Amino acid sequence: MNTNAINRVIIIGAGQAGGETAQRLRQGGFKGEITLIGEEAFPPYQRPPLSKKYLAGKVDMDRLLLRPASVYAEENISLLRDTRAVWIDRASKRVRLEGGRELSYDALVLATGAKPRALKLAGADLAGVHLFRTAADVDAMKAAFVPGARLVVIGAGYIGLEGAAVAREMGLEVTVIETAVRPLARVTSPEVAGFFLDEHTRQGVRFMLGGQPALIKGEARVTGVSLMNGTEIPADIVITGIGVTPETTLAEHCGLKVENGIVTDENCRTEDPAIYAIGDCANRPIAHYGGRQCRLESVHNAVEGAKLTAAAILGQKAATETPWFWSDQYDLKLQIAGLFNDYDHVVFRGAMSERSFAAFYYKDGRLIAVDAINKPGEFLGVKALIHKGLNVPPDVISDESRTMKEIVAAAG
Amino acid sequence: MPKVTYIESSGTEHVVDAPVGQTVMEAAVKNAVPGIDADCGGACACATCHVYVDQAWAEKTGEASSMEMSMLDFANEVQDTSRLSCQIKITEELDGLVIRLPDSQH
Ligand SMILES: Cc1cc2nc3c(=O)[nH]c(=O)nc-3n(C[C@H](O)[C@H](O)[C@H](O)COP(=O)(O)OP(=O)(O)OC[C@H]3O[C@@H](n4cnc5c(N)ncnc54)[C@H](O)[C@@H]3O)c2cc1C
Ligand code: FES
Repeated sequence: MNTNAINRVIIIGAGQAGGETAQRLRQGGFKGEITLIGEEAFPPYQRPPLSKKYLAGKVDMDRLLLRPASVYAEENISLLRDTRAVWIDRASKRVRLEGGRELSYDALVLATGAKPRALKLAGADLAGVHLFRTAADVDAMKAAFVPGARLVVIGAGYIGLEGAAVAREMGLEVTVIETAVRPLARVTSPEVAGFFLDEHTRQGVRFMLGGQPALIKGEARVTGVSLMNGTEIPADIVITGIGVTPETTLAEHCGLKVENGIVTDENCRTEDPAIYAIGDCANRPIAHYGGRQCRLESVHNAVEGAKLTAAAILGQKAATETPWFWSDQYDLKLQIAGLFNDYDHVVFRGAMSERSFAAFYYKDGRLIAVDAINKPGEFLGVKALIHKGLNVPPDVISDESRTMKEIVAAAG
Repeated sequence: MPKVTYIESSGTEHVVDAPVGQTVMEAAVKNAVPGIDADCGGACACATCHVYVDQAWAEKTGEASSMEMSMLDFANEVQDTSRLSCQIKITEELDGLVIRLPDSQH
């Protein structure tokens, strides 16, 4: 008998990464026990629509669920909702739940995600001030999304700007406060950021760039936001989208290595061979970028972590993809492939004025990423090129006399 | 409720109930039909929900948007009736729809 056999898998965190892991284990033929522990009230669901169609009221919660709620019982996956895991004992391989119940594991998957950063300001706890992470957060803000209501978004990242776009489409007055001098400062180039700034401005969003919030005003409910420079912005709703911190409390307490997320190898395994970490909480080497350790926050990363972990538990291997992401604002679809962070050169195809263009990022002459706005072919083309380890020089990629498809085909 | 038949490349058939208003992708994923990854959940952002609409149904499922066509350009083994299944909405007229699945989404 194989004494290393894995019969009991515990997954902490029933988000996209945790939910996909349970599902892929069963699809892959795993016959043992699977316990999926989640502190939220819902079965695993997709977060992207929260700041898009769900906020706009165009889809309901049922359509956000990864799988129907009934599937977990049918597939013999023990889904514990409204349940927090509070302790991991690595020596005895046990997880303790709030309330004291303990469960044993042969393999443990940490899929605890990330927590939105809260504003450390007086008034941040007033009614009408919302975080932007869970379905419960969005349900709480939705009632106030009525035409004419005054919305202040603090933080001009993708999620905040998506919220701003939905709000404008629903007829709210929208002000975005951002401490940096441009929106999307962490996540894209000045050129692409400038395009989105112009677009939102044209749609009627007011920007306070370089704005430092000082205080959220109100008695029981928010009435406005004061900036350090004395400016006061009246508000009926405030949404904060100032980034997230990885949820690593359990991992830290049990002594796992944590450095901007729980550190793992390329198969999502932590330094404890029985414990895996995936999704927003994990920091993993990315094969397409020379094994650089990265903590990514994307659906792609959550799904890929689930694939890799399920395969490792089943004693198999799974393939990885070029990292990718998307964002929907108004009728603009942004698709990103690759990691642009240390680029030194950018070239374009298409035209910003036509609201259809792509920015190609290079580092030392190598194509490392693309931001494609209403240019899906450019996105998929670069995703494929990077995946295959192929390079196309800047002058070739910006040659508009050839289609992206031709360029990719010619590259090999 | 309309029924949709999904045929895997191996020939295995799955007949599922598909609620009006949902998409051909959603009906497959919710019923654990293998072969459609649908990583972006139907946002027309990932191209991992590629299917072949049975020739007899090609007209009834309508035409792909230009966004969808540009995405299909890069899919594997594209055929005349290739579509992204998250872009086909289920209607009463699609009762009996037959969808063939590609070998792989990558
Ligand atoms: C509004 C919004 C829009 C987004 N849009 C996009 C997009 O367009 N494209 C894209 O690629 N990505 C998008 N993302 C990012 C993407 O949704 C995340 O990267 C992804 O959900 C991460 O999945 P996860 O499972 O790692 O974490 P999560 O989804 O955060 O799940 C972790 C779960 O674990 C639970 N948990 C944590 N600790 C414990 C514990 N001790 N016990 C029990 N449960 C616990 C948490 O409550 C949570 O439910 C968006 C995110 C948000 C919030
Ligand atoms: S599900 Fe992603 S494009 Fe259809």
